Amino acid sequence: MAAAGPPDGAALAARLRDGDLAAAPAVLNLVENRGAAARPQIAALLGGVSPTALGAEAAGHVIGVTGPPGAGKSTLLSTLVREWRGQDRSVAVLAVDPSSRRSGGSLLGDRARITFDPHDAATFIRSTAAGTRLGGLAPATRAAAHALAIAFDVVVIETVGVGQSETEISEVADTVAVIVQPGSGDSLQFLKSGIMEIPDVLVVTKADLGQIALRARRDLAAALRSAGSRDTAVVAVSAVASPPVGMAELTQALDAHRATLDLPARRLASRRASALADFVVEHGERGLRAVGGRRDAGRLLAAQDPGDDIPTLVAALEAAAPGIMGTA
Amino acid sequence: MSDTEHRLPERDRPWMMRTYAGHSTAKKSNELYRSNLSKGQTGLSIAFDLPTQTGYDADHELARGEVGKVGVPVAHKGDMKQLLDGIPLDKMNTSMTINATAAWLLALYIVTAEDTGVDQQLLQGTTQNDIIKEFLARGTYAFPPGPSMRLIADMVAYTVTEVPKWNPINICSYHLQEAGATPVQEIAYAMSNAIAVLDAVRERVEEDQMGRVFSRISFFVNAGVRFVEEHAKLRAMGILWEELGRERYGVTDEKQLRFRYGVQVNSLGLTESQPENNVQRIVLEALAVTMGRNARARAVQLPAWNEALGLPRPWDQQWALRMQQVLAYETDLLEYPDIFEGSVVMDGLVSELLEGARAEMAVVAEHGGAVAGVDYMKAALVDSHRERIHRIEAGEQIVVGLNKYTETEPSPLMDEEGGIMTVDLGVQQEAIEALAAWRESRDQAAVDAALAEVRRVALTDENIMQATIAAARAGVTTGEWSQALRDAFGEYRGPTGVGEAAAGADDQDIEALREEVDRVSDALGRRLKILVGKPGLDGHSNGSEQIAVRARDAGMDVVYEGIRLTPAQITQSALQEGVHVVGLSILSGSHRELIPDIVTSLREAGVDAPVVVGGIIPEADEQPLKDAGVAAVYTPKDFDMRRIMRDIVALVAEHNGIADPAAAGAA
Ligand code: B12
Ligand SMILES: Nc1nc2c(ncn2[C@@H]2O[C@H](COP(=O)(O)OP(=O)(O)OP(=O)(O)O)[C@@H](O)[C@H]2O)c(=O)[nH]1
Ligand SMILES: [Mg+2]
Repeated sequence: MAAAGPPDGAALAARLRDGDLAAAPAVLNLVENRGAAARPQIAALLGGVSPTALGAEAAGHVIGVTGPPGAGKSTLLSTLVREWRGQDRSVAVLAVDPSSRRSGGSLLGDRARITFDPHDAATFIRSTAAGTRLGGLAPATRAAAHALAIAFDVVVIETVGVGQSETEISEVADTVAVIVQPGSGDSLQFLKSGIMEIPDVLVVTKADLGQIALRARRDLAAALRSAGSRDTAVVAVSAVASPPVGMAELTQALDAHRATLDLPARRLASRRASALADFVVEHGERGLRAVGGRRDAGRLLAAQDPGDDIPTLVAALEAAAPGIMGTA
Repeated sequence: MSDTEHRLPERDRPWMMRTYAGHSTAKKSNELYRSNLSKGQTGLSIAFDLPTQTGYDADHELARGEVGKVGVPVAHKGDMKQLLDGIPLDKMNTSMTINATAAWLLALYIVTAEDTGVDQQLLQGTTQNDIIKEFLARGTYAFPPGPSMRLIADMVAYTVTEVPKWNPINICSYHLQEAGATPVQEIAYAMSNAIAVLDAVRERVEEDQMGRVFSRISFFVNAGVRFVEEHAKLRAMGILWEELGRERYGVTDEKQLRFRYGVQVNSLGLTESQPENNVQRIVLEALAVTMGRNARARAVQLPAWNEALGLPRPWDQQWALRMQQVLAYETDLLEYPDIFEGSVVMDGLVSELLEGARAEMAVVAEHGGAVAGVDYMKAALVDSHRERIHRIEAGEQIVVGLNKYTETEPSPLMDEEGGIMTVDLGVQQEAIEALAAWRESRDQAAVDAALAEVRRVALTDENIMQATIAAARAGVTTGEWSQALRDAFGEYRGPTGVGEAAAGADDQDIEALREEVDRVSDALGRRLKILVGKPGLDGHSNGSEQIAVRARDAGMDVVYEGIRLTPAQITQSALQEGVHVVGLSILSGSHRELIPDIVTSLREAGVDAPVVVGGIIPEADEQPLKDAGVAAVYTPKDFDMRRIMRDIVALVAEHNGIADPAAAGAA
């Protein structure tokens, strides 16, 4: 059998614009494709879902869920997905797992924790390996989040980590929820010392563990205050209790954050940050120097059309850095 | 030493001999039990089918292909009555391998006895009822850990006074070894498990009952082919158990402190290649648990020579029973006191194992005990098993007929059926019809009321047994009782343990494989991605776990969601995840029904990735699976996973039109 070429990006964009949720697997297969033949198709896809093409920002709510390993992120998502589906909102989950440095392979374990109804066309779960890059989000995840947000009501990105990865995820998500479990002194320290950015919503899991969960919630609220945050919601949940605890409160807190947000500004910043990150992935620090450093790159991006999609912005950076193309 | 010190005044009575059996229907299994008893078997050991073990009726989606396969389906008191027909329950000692639904099956047993005029005070036997090892190794759990432990504690509290000769729980280390545990892990996890159970029961009974409770806890252990060390392991377990009783639970009565155990010997090491060699292995393993009088098994069941081929036929089971009988009645084994008393070697081995086990128990305690430590222990087992497989692949651990001395004459033991028992595919339909008739015939109002009571009690602190027994009397079914509790307790998926498994040593083989995976991935545009799926109720996860870990080590992106998935779930995962190849693993015998279903469902969903299958697939079934669209079939004789991985990469390359570099170079 001959290798099929990458799918038609423009056609996929059209399906997404029509709200065709079944396009999601093919969209992911395309944006994950690092082959040369896929690049123009990815550009066509993202161009076709850009604010310029849509005339508005995509309506979906992009939520980042991050926190230390084993904090209960996936288990929480399993219950949240059910809650959202109960509100008749369609949900896409993009779960990012680390890759093994040695083999390049990965065990994508989050899906196993997320219960889903296989007959429900409005739930989409995709696991992605972070790849060999150190930490952070794969370019594909950023692109996927932007694309799926026009068809799905909620797009959730799950990533592991404390510190570095919140910064990255806050570049993509409209709302960032940091998940910690009771007794996680590290998170407290990170918050106080400013290593961890202040999340939009802070979730303490495993509320079924009783007193320690209560205390964790109090301590974190205090740490948030001392770090200067007044409006971060702190929610305690238990995803394993029957029935689960705190889900309505959590979805309300996420919605409330979204309601107060200047969405166009956040999305614009997100696209520009993503473009810069993708550019650096592609061309390295050398590429960055060729455009005159981070500051100049930022200035150049700020001068572009606010409705531009990520590949268009990356192309603008590449155009400003003569000599880097073809040598990378 | 006087003349009599090295001889017993009287030959010991042999241990109880059992054969683990049950299949198709209650009626067929009853016939089998009666015939086994007439051959000199002295106790009953009931194998239930997977739907009964996991709390589903025959008409549930997940039951497809599994009804009556690996055991007998028991859906209600009518089935139980038929299963035990003509067997005197006041005299019989019955062992039931039942866990998540143990309270329910015990209730059915009690009600059956009641109907034949036998009081529950007289009943003797064992419900396995060890849920922690289900999460770790065996896979027939139904409810989350907390409520599961509560059900166990309820049963112990109930039986200690109401069914006093019953062993309400058998702490199992058997399954841990089958999942790859080392002797130290086997001891440590079993003892940690016992502590979790006893601690839970302590909250439910009067303090002065703890001695009795302690004495009702028995063990179900394993013995591998390294039979000297395995015997030492049993002596070590006896010592730890007594210590635990005295120190943690304040038990003082010597009799109550005794370590009592039954055995099934190791089956993981039994091979598909040259299967006749398994007979030697089984006999040696039986020695491990009978040699020393101070640590001798109370009950023994042995697997059959064709263990790795499929289900044993009556003749195969008879052979296994005869092995025990020769050991007990022909040899002089039972004429002596303990033959290892004072042995330097034995004492040395015992203290080594004790030291290792105590250290590992401390680690489990640090993880919060056996319940909270399930994730840790599961990952540790997957890792030990990874090492075991590596030793066999590398030839460091010799398995005769598998990785050494592989030349063989054709086996005359094989018949046209492949030397195994096959279960009639019509059994499920029959069971579904019988179930419908049963539901028609009963008093529905009484059933509804009984189920409402089960639900109510589940949400309180009351003991679940009374409401369960009442439900059994009312004609409730296994699936209904379980669903009532699923509603109250919620559902649970056990950990897979694969995420934490260490990567194997980097050697030339794996490096070459990684390069090939990288090359094919580059041509595909993204990393080669595989879905490893376990359809149906089959809990045999060893193979899929090890394949998943190895695929990661070979550089693939691996989606593995654990056991018990429906064809629809597997299809949806394959589609959404965009995998390049789907690998399915079935060992329980439901492949004939489930695999073609899955292939059809994948293709209908537009997933054209090749499908490979592994597990216990009798030779006769291989071609039909290929006709149904399966690209390759692997069985235990394909022990070299490096080869399996190379095949899979080549298959993906071929399917996607990616040229073989060797072929291209030659052209
Ligand atoms: C270990 C074992 C267990 C362990 C399982 C532990 C675990 N977590 O996996 C325990 C003790 C729990 C167990 C329990 C039972 N078992 Co059991 N068990 C076995 C045993 C001895 C070995 C299986 C094994 O793990 N081998 C090691 C692994 C690595 O090998 P493997 O899975 O075969 O995988 C290899 C290939 O098959 C292939 N492969 C497998 N999967 C995949 C997937 C892919 C994608 C690929 C490419 C390749 C591949 O690659 C591997 C490389 O060598 C077999 C008999 C035997 N010797 O094979 C019986 C056997 C499978 N068990 C059997 C039965 C009946 C049961 C029970 C159902 C009994 C009962 N009535 O309760 C229970 C319940 C289990 C359940 N929940 O489903 C039967 C099944 C009968 C049948 N098919 O007709 C067997 C055949 C024994 C017998 N003859 O009766 N069992
Ligand atoms: N008691 C309790 N345990 C929980 C809860 N949520 C998750 N867990 C357990 O915590 C462990 C980790 O849960 P996951 O959901 O896999 O955590 P995660 O943050 O997604 O983990 P990674 O993706 O590996 O970083 C599992 O054993 C869960 O069963 C909860 O609300 N209460
Ligand atoms: Mg997770």
